[in-house]
Amino acid sequence: MPAPQQRRIIFKHIDEPGYTNDLACYVRHGGYEMLKKSITLQPAAIIDEVKRSGLRGRGGAGFPCGVKWGLVDRKSGKPIYLVVNADESEPGTFKDRYIIHQDPHQLIEGIMISAWANNVKQAYIYIRGEMPHGARILEKAIAEARAANFVGQKILGTDYSCDIFVHRGAGAYICGEETGLIESLEGKRPYPRIKPPYFPAVLGLYQCPTIVNNVETLCHVKHIVEMGGDTYAKIGTPNNTGTRILCVSGHVQKPGYYEYEVGKITLGELLNEVCGGPLPGRKFKAVIPGGSSAKILKFGETFTLKNKDGTSRTLTVEDIPMDFDTLAACGTMGGSGGVIVMDDSVNMVEALANINAFYAHESCGQCTPCREGSLWMKKITHRMVHDQARSEDGSLLKSVADQIAGRTICAFGEACSWPTQSFVAKFGDEFKAYPETKNAPKRDGSLELV
Amino acid sequence: MNLKPETFRQIDEVITHYPVKRSATLPLLHLIQEDAGYISSEAIEWVAAKLELQPINVYEVVTFYPMFRQKPIGRRHIKVCRTLSCALMGGYKTCEAFEKEFNTHRGEVSPDGEVTVEFVECLASCGTAPVVMIDDDLHEKVDCARAKQLSDEIKRQAAGRAAGKVASSG
Ligand SMILES: Cc1cc2nc3c(=O)[nH]c(=O)nc-3n(C[C@H](O)[C@H](O)[C@H](O)COP(=O)(O)O)c2cc1C
Ligand code: SF4
Ligand code: FES
Repeated sequence: MPAPQQRRIIFKHIDEPGYTNDLACYVRHGGYEMLKKSITLQPAAIIDEVKRSGLRGRGGAGFPCGVKWGLVDRKSGKPIYLVVNADESEPGTFKDRYIIHQDPHQLIEGIMISAWANNVKQAYIYIRGEMPHGARILEKAIAEARAANFVGQKILGTDYSCDIFVHRGAGAYICGEETGLIESLEGKRPYPRIKPPYFPAVLGLYQCPTIVNNVETLCHVKHIVEMGGDTYAKIGTPNNTGTRILCVSGHVQKPGYYEYEVGKITLGELLNEVCGGPLPGRKFKAVIPGGSSAKILKFGETFTLKNKDGTSRTLTVEDIPMDFDTLAACGTMGGSGGVIVMDDSVNMVEALANINAFYAHESCGQCTPCREGSLWMKKITHRMVHDQARSEDGSLLKSVADQIAGRTICAFGEACSWPTQSFVAKFGDEFKAYPETKNAPKRDGSLELV
Repeated sequence: MNLKPETFRQIDEVITHYPVKRSATLPLLHLIQEDAGYISSEAIEWVAAKLELQPINVYEVVTFYPMFRQKPIGRRHIKVCRTLSCALMGGYKTCEAFEKEFNTHRGEVSPDGEVTVEFVECLASCGTAPVVMIDDDLHEKVDCARAKQLSDEIKRQAAGRAAGKVASSG
């Protein structure tokens, strides 16, 4: 069976010849019509459509967007803020970049609809520091939208006002974590806050109720208003609705971004058909399906999952549909949609050493298990690759990782332990054999990874 | 503080974006670093006074975020992505190619003062790995051959600048 067709909703105009990122082009393609429609609707009606759509956050956790909006404290009398998470820094993820660069007004329209729906007084786009052009493009687009009265004071002749400002980060991954992001926006070190009590919906930016949503999530809101929540909920699969952008990188013939209905394409179809399969002469070895924090999948392993009717089914890695729930049932996660592929030229100790170096660099250092643990995991894998490796290092690594997850302020603790736990669990033999393998002559094509 | 008048104007404007002045810390540091090349201790104290903070409040920000630096770097900043997708496609070789071209080591200013080559973490363009940022511009699929081309371009521009200086002074 051939792989299903892409269904481009969010990426409809990405890479389209002649489509430019200015307001005129966006309006020519029907832009801001949904904002005009939205302001004729009651805010509560829009929240209801988003709830019915089943939209789940595209930033990493897959939390239902309508539910998140429903948690916002509307009685405090304090202003409500909307913070757009454009920090895009989970390794393997590169979708928001294209929305920001090529279709910024789609995001701005999504922001303004969401702002209207939640009575937001001020929105901030937190964009990672390494996207200076993206920040400029957004600033220009906001200025255009402000001049056209889509953003700012008394939008479109109503009494509703909401402005958007762009705020640049400065190179720290932890700013992607929503409460770290809020601290950063307040001008501080991005130390994540402890929950409870600091749930953004109640005590967020400036201790006011705050909604934090990913760029792609907010773009979907526009399309939910356009087609209605119930129609949107028919796209994708139950509980995994809509489309999502899958970012494929690493060892495939055609890496890139592909937008599919959630759960309508399997990992095997994506990698073998859409991405053209492995590089010449290579075989797939492993894949991380949802950004570098997601647990790794090993080609050849199988998963036995329970069906609703009590029977069970067995899936290979290739059979896994790319939806939130099945990936979770297989012990990993859809995460940020970043699919990183490794072929048989890769030694898993070296790949883990690369990942561990990332997490050791990015831990904010607040919690001892994370600060020390991420550092020690890096030191051990680095020693294995560059100095002495011991056959028991795999279990040493595991013991460090096991003492981090679940003992920290933020989910970075899990994010940094999952790679080590899953690499050691699935490729334990390779870790045991590493002291010998590393002295053997390198196979051709293998690369330095750390 | 010795900054361009335009920078002072932008600083005053950006402070109005926030109900709490402290929020302007990162924007101010970006503006100053773009203008002055790095964040001096004088700049830290100036930002603190401007935003009605203690210098330590600004200092702890400067020292946390990797993009802020307290020392000048080369005229051009070459950031090579080190993270997994880029490494899988040869990012380490790309970095070595730049180091060789400019006779330098990562994290250091090249002997001619022209570049600082650095490893950075994932730049959110993993599908076109390996990627490199030179100043504000992203370059995709930078293998060793492309790294050599980009280096040659930087060297040409440097030579052009040197020639221009000689011409104007002579
Ligand atoms: C360590 C860490 C890093 C994260 N990085 C990002 C990121 O770069 N971009 C993003 O949108 N969400 C990121 N998240 C998820 C956010 O905390 C938050 O869940 C998300 O922005 C919510 O938006 P959504 O509900 O629309 O997905 C990160 C979470 C953690 C724990
Ligand atoms: S888990 Fe790690 S990143 Fe998160 S707050 Fe603790 S030390 Fe910081
Ligand atoms: S890993 Fe290099 S851009 Fe993401």
